[in-house]
Amino acid sequence: MSTEVLRAPPAPDTDAEIATHVATSHSTGRGTGGPASKRIVVGYGFWIFLLSDVVMFSALFASYAVLFKNTAGGPSAQQLFDLRNIALETGCLLASTFVCGMASLAVSERSMKWTQLLLLLTGLLGLTFLILEAREFASLVVQGAGPTRSAFLSSFFTLVGCHGAHVTAGLLWLATMMAQFRAKGFREDIRHRFLCFTLFWHALDIIWVAIFSLVYLVGTLPPQMLP
Amino acid sequence: MSANDNHDTGSHVAEDCVPGSPAVGRTVGQEIGGYLLGLGLAAGLTAMSFWACGTRSIYGPGVAVALLVLAVAQIGIHLVFFLHITTAPDNSNNILALAFGVLIVCLIVFGSVWVMDHLSHMDDLNQHLAMSALIKRPT
Repeated sequence: MSTEVLRAPPAPDTDAEIATHVATSHSTGRGTGGPASKRIVVGYGFWIFLLSDVVMFSALFASYAVLFKNTAGGPSAQQLFDLRNIALETGCLLASTFVCGMASLAVSERSMKWTQLLLLLTGLLGLTFLILEAREFASLVVQGAGPTRSAFLSSFFTLVGCHGAHVTAGLLWLATMMAQFRAKGFREDIRHRFLCFTLFWHALDIIWVAIFSLVYLVGTLPPQMLP
Repeated sequence: MSANDNHDTGSHVAEDCVPGSPAVGRTVGQEIGGYLLGLGLAAGLTAMSFWACGTRSIYGPGVAVALLVLAVAQIGIHLVFFLHITTAPDNSNNILALAFGVLIVCLIVFGSVWVMDHLSHMDDLNQHLAMSALIKRPT
């Protein structure tokens, strides 16, 4: 560790300089020239975690697909889902993930004003998504279609609620990142955390694509159109 | 060092690429353009999904398949334009991990649906056999 510090040239400032520095160094991380840089190790490790999170979601998707028709005499998906609300939620989350990408560009340009502004916008769009989802859940429970009504609704609330819990955790993480950028500046370790956050936020939108397509849109098809 | 370099002739890239980090040597304008293109494609595919759900101009039983295909296409758009996953050699670790994840997801989802579907078929069949045995029993 100490030799690495001694050998290290003056710290590159922007991401472009870091990329050039990386491109000219000899550490490939593939057995020649030493281990990969910390940014690669952190990012790749978090990528593996995200994939395992997706595998966990796939188990919830599988149980939903299996239990979809077990309504126990209660309301079915076609009677319950309001597609206008789902379109709004989808728009909010897609816009949020796009603004999050813009924020990552602001971080690589080291612009504190744009970083804070775009991260705030990302968070507000995510919060709007959560409020819309909470309203939908509340209206389902009021209609007597809560998670205890049937196996279909239990699996529905578990799947969509788990995604909502991830978004809530993401918003807390986002607020932490905004505070850390403000207090500590664009330090290297903070930027690694932020890289992980952007990966997490984009992955949540990928999960939501599967949810709105396969749970809500397929769910509202009339029964004779289902495979 | 040079002997060591020659050893690894297939690989000219310096270091692996992290998911979510943009390609080397692109300006901010190009980056914003890439994100905007991804946003446009994703929004277009979302709109097509909602349209396919409400339309009667597609063969009925094909709508669910169309929705599945549109979802997979949109996930691909997100991976390419937002997570910056490419097929370049510096991305091979990311792609391999992703491929393994997709394999497990497919096994879990399609395996569960397949097995449980056959289970309920067998339940129906068993009930049918039990009923016919009751009816045909000589008295």
